[in-house]
Amino acid sequence: MKPKFGVVVFPGSNCDHDAYYALKKILGLDVTFLWHKDTNLQDCDVIVLPGGFSYGDYLRTGAIARFSPIMNSVINFSQKGGHIIGICNGFQILLEAQLLPGVLLKNKSLQFVCKDVYLSVENNETFFTKGLVKSKPLKIPIAHGEGNYFADSDTLKSLVKNNQIVFKYTSSDGKSDDESNPNGSMMNIAGIVNKGGNILGMMPHPERACNPVLGKNDGSLVLGAIVKNFMN
Amino acid sequence: MKEPEVNLSLALEHGFTEEEFDRVKKILGRIPTFTELGIFSVMWSEHCSYKNSIALLKTLPRSGGKLLVGAGEENAGLVDIGDGLAVAFKIESHNHPSAVEPYQGAATGVGGIMRDIFTMGARPIASLDSLRFGSLDDAHTRFLFDGIVRGIGDYGNSFGVPTVAGEVYFDESYQGNPLVNAMAVGIVKIEHVASAIASGEGNPVMIVGSSTGRDGIHGATFASEEISEKSEAKRPSVQVGDPFTEKLLLEASLEIIKNGWLIGIQDMGAAGISCSTSEMSAKGNSGMKINLSKVPLREKGMTAYEIMLSESQERMLCTVKKGFEDKVKEVFEKWDLHCEIIGEVTNDGLLHIDYEGENKAVVPAYELVLGGGAPVYYRDSKEPEYLKEVRAFDFSTLPEPKNISETFLKVFSSPNIVSKRWVYEQYDSMVRTNTIVGPGSDSAVIYIKENNKALAVKTDCNSRYVYLNPKEGTKIAVAESARNIVCSGGVPLAITNCLNFGNPYKPEMYWQFKEAINGMGEACRFFDTPVTGGNVSFYNESPNVAVYPTPTIGMVGLIENLNNITTSFFKDENDLIFILGEDFEELGGSEYVKIIHGKVAGDSPNINLAVEKNLHNTLLQLINEGLIKSAHDISEGGVTASLAECCIINKEKLIGAEVTIPVKSREDFSIFSESQSRIIISISEENRSKVEKILEGKNQPFYFIGKTGGEKLIFNKKFTFELAQLSDIYYNTISRIMNE
Repeated sequence: MKPKFGVVVFPGSNCDHDAYYALKKILGLDVTFLWHKDTNLQDCDVIVLPGGFSYGDYLRTGAIARFSPIMNSVINFSQKGGHIIGICNGFQILLEAQLLPGVLLKNKSLQFVCKDVYLSVENNETFFTKGLVKSKPLKIPIAHGEGNYFADSDTLKSLVKNNQIVFKYTSSDGKSDDESNPNGSMMNIAGIVNKGGNILGMMPHPERACNPVLGKNDGSLVLGAIVKNFMN
Repeated sequence: MKEPEVNLSLALEHGFTEEEFDRVKKILGRIPTFTELGIFSVMWSEHCSYKNSIALLKTLPRSGGKLLVGAGEENAGLVDIGDGLAVAFKIESHNHPSAVEPYQGAATGVGGIMRDIFTMGARPIASLDSLRFGSLDDAHTRFLFDGIVRGIGDYGNSFGVPTVAGEVYFDESYQGNPLVNAMAVGIVKIEHVASAIASGEGNPVMIVGSSTGRDGIHGATFASEEISEKSEAKRPSVQVGDPFTEKLLLEASLEIIKNGWLIGIQDMGAAGISCSTSEMSAKGNSGMKINLSKVPLREKGMTAYEIMLSESQERMLCTVKKGFEDKVKEVFEKWDLHCEIIGEVTNDGLLHIDYEGENKAVVPAYELVLGGGAPVYYRDSKEPEYLKEVRAFDFSTLPEPKNISETFLKVFSSPNIVSKRWVYEQYDSMVRTNTIVGPGSDSAVIYIKENNKALAVKTDCNSRYVYLNPKEGTKIAVAESARNIVCSGGVPLAITNCLNFGNPYKPEMYWQFKEAINGMGEACRFFDTPVTGGNVSFYNESPNVAVYPTPTIGMVGLIENLNNITTSFFKDENDLIFILGEDFEELGGSEYVKIIHGKVAGDSPNINLAVEKNLHNTLLQLINEGLIKSAHDISEGGVTASLAECCIINKEKLIGAEVTIPVKSREDFSIFSESQSRIIISISEENRSKVEKILEGKNQPFYFIGKTGGEKLIFNKKFTFELAQLSDIYYNTISRIMNE
């Protein structure tokens, strides 16, 4: 059976409709919005924390959203092995909720940056990435002011050791270097999973690269892989 | 607190003329109260009343075609795009606030124009920004540039509307008085269009959104005077933006509009509660009884005067159908926003304002508003002296450059020509997942999910041309916007305008304004693109200089068939390159003469509207028949700069070209001429005869100039440029200047 997706709507979420549209209209899946004041996850199989500026992000990105009533349910869900994907602001919220290790600092340029980037799939054994090919980088856009991944050296070592780094920023031919790093992230990290492998956080927006009308399709590979892996 | 005594000297301080103050007394039959004086002063300010411009604006084509509401009737223009949908769009200036507080000034400019769109019931789908600054060599300019771009980015990014197009120009005339013109575009189902009206005696009046503070008091008055050293002290007149609250306000407003619980809704921008209560009442031939004690305040001890004049952002005034108050409240509570009943609609035509148990104002709403009692002036106009001098310039006296290659690279490096990547990468241009063509092409193309069509949107104005010839220059601004829309495969629908000029009390300034309006009217009638509304910003003068007259055009076009979407860059090797249109070696106001010879001189290029229209029709036919691979307008910098862009605009696939550019009298003149009504197209070789036949049939002048291919741009067999070098100049010049 195909998974049912739930897209959480925080006040200030602004990629909630984009995620909904990509999952529902492009991939033809069952999707529902989950309101931040509610606690019922409505039997969803995969929870999406979408991009945006939850609560305005005036304090620190994601810092307030993690205290939303729905987040208690999301945390419980994750402890039972439930699948969660946090995109952009959603990734920031997952870090604030300590469901994933590390922090996201202001971009090295100190500027917001929106553009298409290339990602290498570093680990294609996870629930989220199984079936994606490592040899060809994915072209998926980013749009954030605070996407500069930082962690202390022990955390970083453990991420590497446990194969938790899932996506890295690269050039179009797959080179991961300073030039292809859009925000200063350590090791060009663009997305990671938790140790349990059921929670993914990523700065790039796969939901923005799903509609062939927009000339970008690689995002649907990522979302499509999740569906396939759920069904297997 | 004791209120100041109202007399002539206080009225003059509020910006009234003696004559206007007499008129206020006559309307009321008495001396106004202090609160009333404040209300009249903001409502009769240039910013709200358009008193020095409205007479001329009324000469523009303001209705007809697919317009669903006439210009000025609602918060934004509304155009039918079929399938039961309409597009709402408008452009507005935020120049004065941005000059003294660039970040918040620009941010609240974006916020204000977004509210104008969603008060129509439309969901904003795109944002555009037309920006003008002094020279980038100047540190203060770089400070303003950085702050304004950040302000626009932070507001739009958080609010969640993609910023997809616009323009940025640099010229000394904008030193100290930058222009920030923000445009927004929204989509609405025609059955859900909302109106800014109050009617039905006893219907409740509600204020929703943010609380009211002391920020922005007299912002409208501040925007109605020249910028001077004293302007810095007016920083408190600049409002502070909160995109998060605006996002909530958007969702809540669209929800209550869709449910049909409203009579009307208007945003609170300039002149706050004064403006929204009086305009909504006047529109519905009604009045309002308002109790200011009910307004949620964010500061203690505010007076009635301050509450009426506050320009705190992210607020709306709603008139609600009696009985639906609780439903409306419920929605705003869901979004954690204030929603208070502050009064009711009356049928006596009066604004009746009470505060803390006292009556503070009783004013006929009609007398306050534009189109009602607000003054209307025709100013004296006089052709400025400078025109004779600049137009007498003889271009043959310009020395011919010794090294054309070096000269080209210098012109091509001009911040006016190079990519504005440093700007647009700071904007989220993709949120809402409708951006088919984003920033950096001739116009942006936005997908309409509801009907599988697309909109092409663009802002445009070359103000140097307008300075040299206000009438022809403005026609060019309209023509070029339309050309950009057509190059993207769209059919031009309508325009909105943002008219940035100097002090209208100076006859020379008013003459420029009058000429520009005449030119705009002529061009818009010719292209059948009516004016849906817009904004006038006068007093764009700093102590040393007035800005170039800048009538920014915001245009929207419709792409019915997604296959028609066309982009500007070369697609494949070995394609044929044609120039459509004639060169007349026109250098007036050109980037070449400014950058290389340090002059802004001559007359603007000639514009023949019939020739232009024929070009559009021809190109649209070629696009319709699927014969075009790329189309790019020839503009600033001339044909070579545009060719270079065709080679490198697709960063991921640079494609060179070898071309021969027809030379008339002088090579530099032909290369850098900015003659209008010209487009570069590329086609595949197999379509050559079909294309030529159509061009000949349409009497469209054209020149085959060469082929695409390779890693170099080579022209006239002797000038060779590596694409890597051109690309580096194009994409990195501005960031290098800003990161120094």
